[in-house]
Amino acid sequence: MVSRLTQGLQGENWRKSLEAIALPGAALLVALMIFGIFCAFAGANPFGVYGSIYRAAFGSWSAWQNTLIRAAPLMLTALCTALPARLGLVIIGNEGALVMGGIAAIATGLSLGTALPSLLVQMAMALAGMAAGGLWIMLAGALRHYRGVNETISSLLLNYIAIALLNHLVDGPMRDREFVTKPSSAELDPTNLLGTLPGSRIHVGLIFGIIICVIAYILIQRTTFGFAARTAGGNIRAARIAGLPVGQLTLATCFLGGSAAGLAGMVEVAAVQKRINESLVSNYGYAGILVAFVSRHNSLATILVSVLLGGILASGGILQRSHDLPDATVLVFQGIVFLCVLFSDSLYGRFSWFR
Amino acid sequence: MTTETSLGLWGIPLGILAGTLRGSAPFLFVSLGECLTEKSGKINLGLEGTLLMGAMSAYGVSFLTQNTVGEFWAPWLGVLAAGVSGMLLGVIYGWLAQQHRVNDVATGIAMIILGSGLAFFLGKPFIQPQAPQLFTFRWGSWSDIPAVQAALKVSPLFLLGVAIAPLLQWVFRSTRWGLYIRAVGDSPQSARAMGISVFKVRMFSIVVGSFLAGIGGACLSLYYPGVWTERISSGQGLMAVALVIFARWNPVQCLWASLLFGGTQAIGPAFQSVGIDSYYYLFNAAPYILTLLIMVITCSPKRTLVGAPGALGTDE
Repeated sequence: MVSRLTQGLQGENWRKSLEAIALPGAALLVALMIFGIFCAFAGANPFGVYGSIYRAAFGSWSAWQNTLIRAAPLMLTALCTALPARLGLVIIGNEGALVMGGIAAIATGLSLGTALPSLLVQMAMALAGMAAGGLWIMLAGALRHYRGVNETISSLLLNYIAIALLNHLVDGPMRDREFVTKPSSAELDPTNLLGTLPGSRIHVGLIFGIIICVIAYILIQRTTFGFAARTAGGNIRAARIAGLPVGQLTLATCFLGGSAAGLAGMVEVAAVQKRINESLVSNYGYAGILVAFVSRHNSLATILVSVLLGGILASGGILQRSHDLPDATVLVFQGIVFLCVLFSDSLYGRFSWFR
Repeated sequence: MTTETSLGLWGIPLGILAGTLRGSAPFLFVSLGECLTEKSGKINLGLEGTLLMGAMSAYGVSFLTQNTVGEFWAPWLGVLAAGVSGMLLGVIYGWLAQQHRVNDVATGIAMIILGSGLAFFLGKPFIQPQAPQLFTFRWGSWSDIPAVQAALKVSPLFLLGVAIAPLLQWVFRSTRWGLYIRAVGDSPQSARAMGISVFKVRMFSIVVGSFLAGIGGACLSLYYPGVWTERISSGQGLMAVALVIFARWNPVQCLWASLLFGGTQAIGPAFQSVGIDSYYYLFNAAPYILTLLIMVITCSPKRTLVGAPGALGTDE
């Protein structure tokens, strides 16, 4: 979206750059209309529902904080799909990479305890989470490159293996017997938890998310590595003939994507959950896949789309309280929005006015 | 619990058998649906949502019609409703995923969200009440042991699925329609050259596949576990994608794979029932590790997996 925009501003046709905003925008409007009809059938006033969603997502500072807290992990998990996608790989192992990152982070955090200054412990946790998530997805990349195993399917399988490992660890080796609500690990030392931004409830994971998305954008659009990756993604045979190291590029982009999702796992553990249990599997991974596709694998657009989805997620409770609609109404809304925006992809170039 | 302990270690194989018979029916239907879909060259991750929608529709219709058509026929109407609701989701997916530049994996995940959202939304009133269940064949009535009797309750839906698997195999191998589906899945361009409408064949495969997946949902809510809750599918629709690959896109092997997946899910609880529970969750992961290993062993960078539809995972 944004790359088209910048291309357009660099002297091409301004109408063409408008297309990159107008089409997703129109898709969003159509989604709102369909959802409005759905609400009307369910006996609620559509405009009242729109208003409530807006207020719960972006209507006040408190609402913004709820939205941004949910957006932070989405930015990171989206990169797990978006970066390998530049090479033409469809990775859907985001949930597994997040879980592995969370496991590695808490294992590091618990074993270091208070032996080191908390900043060092936090950095060690982040590095461990990124390494674990990165290696997890790199495995899918390696299987693809060396054995020709379809990366979409292997990364899906890796999700289930990671979740089983998580359940095994919190029910066995890492279980904290004193915590009885559900099988969980021990809690991180309070000094090792990530802090919040001054004057808010938002944890620093949001800063990680934004910084890493910007770095990913620069890496893909402005470096030789990114150019090589995009070239290889355009035509893998031509890239081989041109002498590009396709194997190394595959492993590297998969590692970077996985490490972003692994960092999301570390952030969830060190800022939100404080211990690991099955709540770590909270669908941020699967939502991240959609964020990546809706933002067309552009990491700057990913920030915007994550905030939008974070807002939708934050408005879950309000529909129940004010309109007597079930919680799941937000899921329906989410589904309609994503399907409409995905469909709008097929409309690029269809309208002559934009050329 | 007492009967299982009185059986001693025999409780383990019996538990696995019971779990296999109960747990493999939804896998069987969803995997046959996914197999049909993937044979035509599209991968439908949205069957997870279809499964939930099917489970909800089956339960809801069975509950609402029990007074009009009686306790015997109401669940069968539910099964039909599950299939039809699956088809409706299939039409949305089939149309969207075939648009130019629209990725089928992403569309599938959006369909999971829409399908589960609709199922939870419409299914909220049905969480509490008890709907009439499908009857079961009691093949264990020769035995005096309640655990044996309970284990050998077989659902007619399971038997239906067992019958559909070889039928689908025959359709793929020996009929004109099967040839069309395989042609479209292997090489859409050649199919077009043959004068086949790729769009229509894929739409047909996806819609029929979604019908089957919807019935898989009915197995969950009207047979085992026989309730409607929001956590009923626990990812089985997505697992079916792995299962189809494990079965190499062969419907009869889907049957064996469903038994294996259903059986491995039962291994953990069966061992747990006799007091062994240290590797419960790792047993549950066994099918995925096995599928991954098989893919690693049988794939090679030079050719794709034997039996894999050629257009799967491409934009064609």
